[in-house]
Amino acid sequence: MFYTDFTYESDGFADFHLKLIRPANLHRVWRRQVTCSLNDESPFSPLPSDQAFAVFESLLNWSIYTTTYSYLIIHGATVERNGFAAILPAPPGSGKSTLCAALVSRGWRLLTDELTLVSPASGLISALARPISLKNNSIDVLQAYAPQEVFGPKIYNTIKGTIAHMRPPSDSVARMHDAAVPGWLIFPKYQAGASTTVTPLPKGQAFMRLSSGLVNYPVLGAQGFEALTRLIDQTDCFNFTYSNLDEAIAWFGALQPPCRDAVER
Amino acid sequence: MKLEPIIECALTQPQTLAQISASQWDRLLQSARRLGLLARIQALLAEHDLLDAVPDQPRMHLESARIVADNEQRIMRWEVSRIQRALRGLAKPVIFLKGAAYLISGLSVAKGRISTDIDILVDKADLDSVEAALLKHGWEHTKVDEYDQFYYRIWSHELPPLRHRERRTIIDVHHTILPLTGRCHPDPKKLLAEAITLDGSQFKILAPADMVLHSAAHAFQDGDLVRGLRDLVDLDDLLRHFGAEASFWDRLLERGQDLDLTRPLYYALRYTSLILHTPVPMAVLEQAKKFAPARLAGLMMDRLVIHAVNDRLSGWRRSLQAFSSWALYIRQHWLRMPPFLLARHLMHQMWRPQKLRTDLG
Repeated sequence: MFYTDFTYESDGFADFHLKLIRPANLHRVWRRQVTCSLNDESPFSPLPSDQAFAVFESLLNWSIYTTTYSYLIIHGATVERNGFAAILPAPPGSGKSTLCAALVSRGWRLLTDELTLVSPASGLISALARPISLKNNSIDVLQAYAPQEVFGPKIYNTIKGTIAHMRPPSDSVARMHDAAVPGWLIFPKYQAGASTTVTPLPKGQAFMRLSSGLVNYPVLGAQGFEALTRLIDQTDCFNFTYSNLDEAIAWFGALQPPCRDAVER
Repeated sequence: MKLEPIIECALTQPQTLAQISASQWDRLLQSARRLGLLARIQALLAEHDLLDAVPDQPRMHLESARIVADNEQRIMRWEVSRIQRALRGLAKPVIFLKGAAYLISGLSVAKGRISTDIDILVDKADLDSVEAALLKHGWEHTKVDEYDQFYYRIWSHELPPLRHRERRTIIDVHHTILPLTGRCHPDPKKLLAEAITLDGSQFKILAPADMVLHSAAHAFQDGDLVRGLRDLVDLDDLLRHFGAEASFWDRLLERGQDLDLTRPLYYALRYTSLILHTPVPMAVLEQAKKFAPARLAGLMMDRLVIHAVNDRLSGWRRSLQAFSSWALYIRQHWLRMPPFLLARHLMHQMWRPQKLRTDLG
């Protein structure tokens, strides 16, 4: 359902080997469970089987997070338009996935809603174009805002509350091999009832704020530092508080290409 | 005594990897990851200038493994420098062991080798002052449990592990290389006497033969091959490196007897040459035979070792493998302590809380 636009191409090599199985234990009599393994190792707790798809998505994120060091990984969504990528780094609950889904439903290309992969060699952001995971209230909000998109069933009682996934647009999937140039770094914050407020963020602050939350950044050493400074140099940085999606989308629509030569005073 | 062919090729003839198919890469990377040898294989490929022949996808994973290993080694070098700073004032000999020693002496065994803890060996008379100096410089005790403190200080060959309160790195301070309660009793004075100084300072590493014997003792006497194939890969590399000098082999045999480590030496020579084709001279293997265990014990050990160094088997052979790792665990404790002490220790360990699983979020 969510991966219908993806093609299966295999010459026999796979990056990750994930397995979700129903354990054949007594537990299934009163509650069906699913256990998962990565690379045939299973350090994970079993979960109720109706959460299987959410488990799969989490496990795939976890696989990428724990084994990928050839990219700098930013925890955040990234969308692209007219050749420039807008990166929305944020902790859970800040509304980055909501904003990402809304932008994607209004013509922005989806690169990722969770793991932004920056290549230290090229400075470009690779696309994953995987399903967008929406949580709690934002599920209803998005279904009302973008009824033309395809949403999965609500999955209740996960670690993150209720989750539903939105299918990535076909066009984003078709272009998943096109990397994008970083254009804007926007720290979103959803605040109920707030008017749309945008504050330009000095690059030094943007750097400190972004680097403090990156999981694989310390491991990359000097290469990570160079990739991150390059990214910050390339982007216009903002703090962005919003509650109204229409206003938010309109502001994004009016974004000017980043001014590369701006030097911080 | 066989490894999975693809792993054997990668470790002993990396040049053959230039021709393998995508599905063989798939198999190799999965196994290597489980065995903890991904970075090692990357290093071997790099050494043979073969990385360009690796298809993009597997190369990305190998590159990731290299980045992780480089980072661990960077952290370890820094940690060594911090330990040297903390202990310099004591002006007592401090010997770096295992991973830290390999790294700071630039030995090829360090290539792609990941180890996080640092082990040092000091004279028993200096133990208190070394512990005090480390505590003063930010290290703390991790074992606050009374039984653990008691266990380490009375029966063990090391202080309870210390962790730095900011960097979270662990240091094990040894006063000898095997537990006091065990069967073999290498004299630490002899190790200290032969240790090689680094840049003329009080900081040292073990002499070549001693380094091999320590690695062997750790794999076959004090450990239950818990690092699996990685233990053999270490021994293989050390033997190849030091064995290039002909006088090394006689010294190794002589020193093995000197240090009461003949049995682990026998196992090291037997299993590296059988499993990783380490070029141990025939005469040396022949001489080492007098250190072999009784025939039945030897046969059993062969089965246990081959299971321990192989990647996870499938089907019914998996339970056999699980049994072997359990048997090695029991064997290790058996070698480590007399029966009464062992029973007491295992009883205590049984009541500990089980380790927690990861919750996917």
